[in-house]
Amino acid sequence: MIALLIRDLRLALRSGGGFGLSLAFFLIVVMFVPFGIGPDSATHAAIAPGILWIGALLACLLSLDRIFQLDFEDGSLDLLATAPLPLEGIVAMKALAHWLTTGLPLTLAAPVLGFLLNLPAGGYLWVFLSLLVGTPALSFLGTFGAALTVGLKRGGLLLSLLVLPLYIPTLIFGAQSVTLVLKHLSNATAFSVLAAISLFTFALIPFAAARALRVNLR
Amino acid sequence: MSLWEYANPRRFMRLTDVVLPWSAAGAALLMAVGLIWGFFFTPDEVQQGSTVKIIFIHVPAAMLAINAWFMMLVTSLVWLVRRHHVSALAAKAAAPVGVTMTLIALFTGAIWGEPMWGTYWAWDPRLTSFMILFVFYLGYIALWAAIEDADTAADLTSILCIVGSVFAFLSRYAVMFWNQGLHQGESLSLDKKQHVADVFSTPLYVSIAGFILFFIALVLLRTRTEIRARRISALIARERQEAA
Amino acid sequence: MPDLGKYTDTVLGAYAVALILIAVLTVQSLLKAAKVKRTLSQTEKRRQKNGKQRG
Repeated sequence: MIALLIRDLRLALRSGGGFGLSLAFFLIVVMFVPFGIGPDSATHAAIAPGILWIGALLACLLSLDRIFQLDFEDGSLDLLATAPLPLEGIVAMKALAHWLTTGLPLTLAAPVLGFLLNLPAGGYLWVFLSLLVGTPALSFLGTFGAALTVGLKRGGLLLSLLVLPLYIPTLIFGAQSVTLVLKHLSNATAFSVLAAISLFTFALIPFAAARALRVNLR
Repeated sequence: MSLWEYANPRRFMRLTDVVLPWSAAGAALLMAVGLIWGFFFTPDEVQQGSTVKIIFIHVPAAMLAINAWFMMLVTSLVWLVRRHHVSALAAKAAAPVGVTMTLIALFTGAIWGEPMWGTYWAWDPRLTSFMILFVFYLGYIALWAAIEDADTAADLTSILCIVGSVFAFLSRYAVMFWNQGLHQGESLSLDKKQHVADVFSTPLYVSIAGFILFFIALVLLRTRTEIRARRISALIARERQEAA
Repeated sequence: MPDLGKYTDTVLGAYAVALILIAVLTVQSLLKAAKVKRTLSQTEKRRQKNGKQRG
């Protein structure tokens, strides 16, 4: 299973693997906010936590269809499914690989981009922590969406439509984890629920996604 | 293997041959009675004036929007476990009804909200939850439409419905948390059923009963259509095979 | 028509939207049902005819 993880990481990191694309997209989306709503820094500061979360979330979407598509097209997915490894474990490894190559870099980039949006000082730590804890859920849920649509030729848009509603609780609790702190309120509930949701997706999604993959590989 | 050969769809068609007309008639009757009673023969309410009359459509639609999804969840589980085709097709049939009910709940809620809150849309937890439910419905319907093979579509949409249900449920609490913290104490709830006097609640119950029968009638009708459509596909596939 | 007072537009608007959506859903369901039923009986008749020709 570790070998599978390393293979996926290597595939994502080589040129053409799309590694830098998510980061670039994140940067561009964050840049769009001042273009869209005006250069007033005070306004940016007020919405910075939400924008950073939304930007990271959308950037995650970009690389979701890669999770299974390439292996599906060249037949490796069939091999993986019949391998002695449990398909659920394979799904988990692929989701983890996605997080390491997309979610984690976005989490690291977010505080830097927060600077562009005039994020108040107290927010930096929590932007980082909330994304660190929340982006795994985005990767796992995204992997589920990818498993559902792997058989479709141009399933990218449908994939987004299916996955984005699943992201809503994570987005709400993630952004609130930052916003509440900036309002000098406690974010303990929000942050714990955020973590709980992520843990829950680690448990549920491999089974749901494996089931979907088996259906698509029939 | 032709779908028609399974006893289940044939029994379903025979059963609904009888049940559907009665359900439709009951729906028409109860909806008419409930709505006419509510619209013409109820007084104005102290705080809301005549807008309270919207309750007779808004509440049943909202209830059905949620219960339709729940029915889809149950029939999806039945499909995954027992492989009854009628069950999978019933879920597919129910989705457009559910999405329409959600739209009615959203529109009537927004229109009702305007004179009450001064705005057509407010990110009230309940309205927001319905907006989220609407988007879940859209995804489900889109997935059915995107997949050609009927059994694959049934399987994948069932899994989506189950996972979606969990997250729709989570979203409800997320949204309550998200708005609660900002608007302490502001009661934007349009669900006045607990505090509604008998003069309103009786026609409301009649209307709800009518809407439920309406839902049943439509889902039965649409499921029959789906069963027939699958039969057509099976026959055409067989024709092609024989021609080759 | 009861006196709806200042909320006339609101109430009538809400009822209109709801009843229109209900009507559209019902009509679409009925039309599709009729069309599919027709197509099915045509397809079945065609197969019966062809079946007889093949003997």
